[in-house]
Amino acid sequence: MAFNDYEAVIGLEIHVQLQTNSKLFCSSSAHFGGGDNEHTCPNCTGQPGALPVVNEKAVEFGIKTGLALNCSIRKDSVFARKQYFYPDLPRGYQISQFDKPLCENGYLEFTLEGAPKRVTIERAHMEEDAGKSTHHGDYSLINLNRAGVPLMEIVSAPEMRSAQEAAEYARTMRKVVRYIGVCDGNLEEGSLRCDCNVSIRKRGDSKLGTKVEIKNINSFRFIEKAIEFEIQRQIDCKETGEPIVQETRLYDPDKNRTFSMRTKEEAHDYRYFPDPDQLVLEIEQAQIDAVKAAMPELPASRAKRFVEQGLSEFDAQTLTQELEIADYFERAAGKNPKAAANWIISELMRELNESKREISDSPIQAEQLAQLIALIDAGTISGKIAKTVFAEMWSSGKNPDVIVKEKGLTQITDTGAIEKIVDDVIAANPAQAAEYRSGKEKVFGFFVGQAMKASKGQASPDVMNEILRKKLKG
Amino acid sequence: MEQLSLLEIRDGVRAKKFTAVEVAQHFLDRISKHDKAINSFVTINDRALEEAKAFDQAGDFSGSLAGVPIAVKDLLCTDGLKTTACSKMLANYIPPYDASVVTRLKKAGAIVLGKTSLDEFAMGSSNENSFFGPVKNPWNHDFVPGGSSGGSAAALAARLAPGAIGTDTGGSIRQPASFCGVFGIKPTYGRVSRYGIISFASSLDQAGPMARTTKDCAIMLEAMSGKCKNDSTTSNEAVPQWSTKIRQDLKGVRIGLPREYFSESIDADVTKATLEAITALKARGAMTVEINLPLVKHAVSIYYLIATSEASSNLARYDGVRFGYRSEKAPDSLDDFYASNRGEAFGSEVKRRIMLGTYALSSGYYDAYYSKAGQVRRLLRDEFLEAFETCDVILSPVATTPAFKIGSRISNPLEMYLNDIFTTSTNLAGLPGMSVPVRFSSTGLPIGVQLMATHFNEQSIFDVSAALEEDFRAGEKAPHGI
Repeated sequence: MAFNDYEAVIGLEIHVQLQTNSKLFCSSSAHFGGGDNEHTCPNCTGQPGALPVVNEKAVEFGIKTGLALNCSIRKDSVFARKQYFYPDLPRGYQISQFDKPLCENGYLEFTLEGAPKRVTIERAHMEEDAGKSTHHGDYSLINLNRAGVPLMEIVSAPEMRSAQEAAEYARTMRKVVRYIGVCDGNLEEGSLRCDCNVSIRKRGDSKLGTKVEIKNINSFRFIEKAIEFEIQRQIDCKETGEPIVQETRLYDPDKNRTFSMRTKEEAHDYRYFPDPDQLVLEIEQAQIDAVKAAMPELPASRAKRFVEQGLSEFDAQTLTQELEIADYFERAAGKNPKAAANWIISELMRELNESKREISDSPIQAEQLAQLIALIDAGTISGKIAKTVFAEMWSSGKNPDVIVKEKGLTQITDTGAIEKIVDDVIAANPAQAAEYRSGKEKVFGFFVGQAMKASKGQASPDVMNEILRKKLKG
Repeated sequence: MEQLSLLEIRDGVRAKKFTAVEVAQHFLDRISKHDKAINSFVTINDRALEEAKAFDQAGDFSGSLAGVPIAVKDLLCTDGLKTTACSKMLANYIPPYDASVVTRLKKAGAIVLGKTSLDEFAMGSSNENSFFGPVKNPWNHDFVPGGSSGGSAAALAARLAPGAIGTDTGGSIRQPASFCGVFGIKPTYGRVSRYGIISFASSLDQAGPMARTTKDCAIMLEAMSGKCKNDSTTSNEAVPQWSTKIRQDLKGVRIGLPREYFSESIDADVTKATLEAITALKARGAMTVEINLPLVKHAVSIYYLIATSEASSNLARYDGVRFGYRSEKAPDSLDDFYASNRGEAFGSEVKRRIMLGTYALSSGYYDAYYSKAGQVRRLLRDEFLEAFETCDVILSPVATTPAFKIGSRISNPLEMYLNDIFTTSTNLAGLPGMSVPVRFSSTGLPIGVQLMATHFNEQSIFDVSAALEEDFRAGEKAPHGI
């Protein structure tokens, strides 16, 4: 009962790791992995005298992300130092952005249970990642390979009302950043990280409740579960009169609960100030225009276009999950997009899943699939034979016309040949023919099966049906 | 040989009058003979002779600093050579790379003799704040050489090197140059790469040359300057060959005299030096213009807010985790670990400035302190730019007094800070400023005057400096016993 008296207010902070070759402020490798502290240099280990120089590619990716999220791009954004001591933070401050972020005032659109949603993006700013500490009893080890890797922190407005909405927002965000090629969206390797701010208030109240931050959730399912748990926990607090504390909580997926990490009283004064080692980051309109021009079509707009080509909403969404799949589809679509969609979703994706391959590694090229569909549409092979051809294409990589030719799978459309087959089948099954003629039309299917079998599946079903019907009626 | 200018040494090497090895050996011998009394060097480059030998063998004497030995302030990173910032924190720190300035000087043919003393992390005006003990003024060992580049200035005055590198955040090249009777220029902010120079206050720090002639300074600065890919605050401005363009007369040059710089309580000898310099310049055809810089009275306050704020952040990396001093004490917690490492390794002046800066950047104080200081700083810059519409070079004292006695001001930080009154505004406005030796005090201590010009106009400064050099010949005299 009480649950419905409250509404949740949810905002997400998503950290997106930009997949540049080098780090945000030095030329060390930004790639995942490497031996311990292998991807480091005087700069990202905070050596005395080393200075940050911003990575132009990272800035380009930052602009790209901002544009994809419909943000305005600041022409004079400022890197600022966020200061705190931690062993894996080499300089004693993180270079981030504070009051002048690169991207502001955007939005992200998606659908939730069929209803369109638009969530405001308050800001998206660039910052560097910290290193990684691992604790081993009485000592800790630090790996600075990740220190300095470029991130975009994307902050939504506190506008979401349910765990499902938040999870769908996060899924859509992942889709977008993967689409535009700035991030691989790998939650397990931490290239996409999500912090959720959750509060509740009595329905109808305009004042926000006390905010709790849930950190480090590494799957979309857990985002949903963690927020659900947290909403219920806060409602329980309200109902039992226990105060809700402003704090940071961690989600434990094994126990499906959140627990307190640190309270606000322990929070830092980060003493932000503009990084005096760098000039203002000036962006020219021409640069923004160039990024805009090179931007791939975003999933939402692409899905819309697919629907206009006759696809169902579901198929359009499925095909636009990944840029590569959408590209594949467009190359395979030819004159029959609907058929291409069906083949990709039902046949190709199944094979890919079973063999754990990416679409980029598919043995069947999009153009080959288009040829296969063209063979069906031209009546050269039947849909049934096409499945055999598809299987052969998957295992051999050969072109469908080659397979059809080699195996002699061309459909029989010659009326004379089919009439001969039908005559033979009827002659061989007089009892069933009599049944049909006495009105048991169900027996028709039996004749179709027999005739098709006799033609080794190559008879054109349309032609054959017509002849069968004619001959059975006598 | 030690009386030769840097340029004369280079020409001698080029003319094969002596080899780079002979030159380096000569100065290394002088260091071992004289530096015990002065304490200007912290570390001697034990590969100096090896490097000089390699230079001689390579046989390419085309570099502008061919075979010239130089002293480098121990704030500049030198690959494989200990770089301490004169702090216990970095007493054993060996950098894995050369500062860009060092790279460029080496490329021009210079041989690094060693690293010179400074106030810890360049924080101080007397060189008394060095972990390796105070540096003595070669003119009188009871007096300070100034700071923070006191080691470089003292080494030059004692003829232990023909050229030296200093850094200047609020006067750290100019004031010791004045106290030791040598030339030293802080170039325009952005002229010289800060990469590899241990940061004190990033928006103010600039490295510059110190030498015994104007031309030597100009030649070194030519080699040091220019855009650096590792320092995004360096300028694309072209680097002129100042040394070849020094003008012979000063007809029509307008010397600005800021009213505010002459109304302070200035030592009589300093005033005398300043007035004599003005007279000399007038005699050469320069004209004087009185200018107003009313905001200069706030310069020390703004400076100490901005410099300490940036320093508090720049020095956060010295935590004992990856390099530097680590306490012997077993820590109770992570905070305790930091507190012990930093508490035991930083000197009191460094701690004072970290605390001041941390306070100024704290939530609730930022707007009133750091942010406000930044606003006034921009106004101060505008004020200078306006002044430079009516004059070419501004002339002022460098410091209110000649060198003071060791120990006389160390217990009074405020008095020490006020010593920077004439020099800090140059850094705040990003302008070039130079100290030029003019005369000696009644007690025999050198006194310089300061020359400032608008951004990237080092040429006008060198022009006026060369005239004063010729008229006063104050840099030629050597201290007693040297």
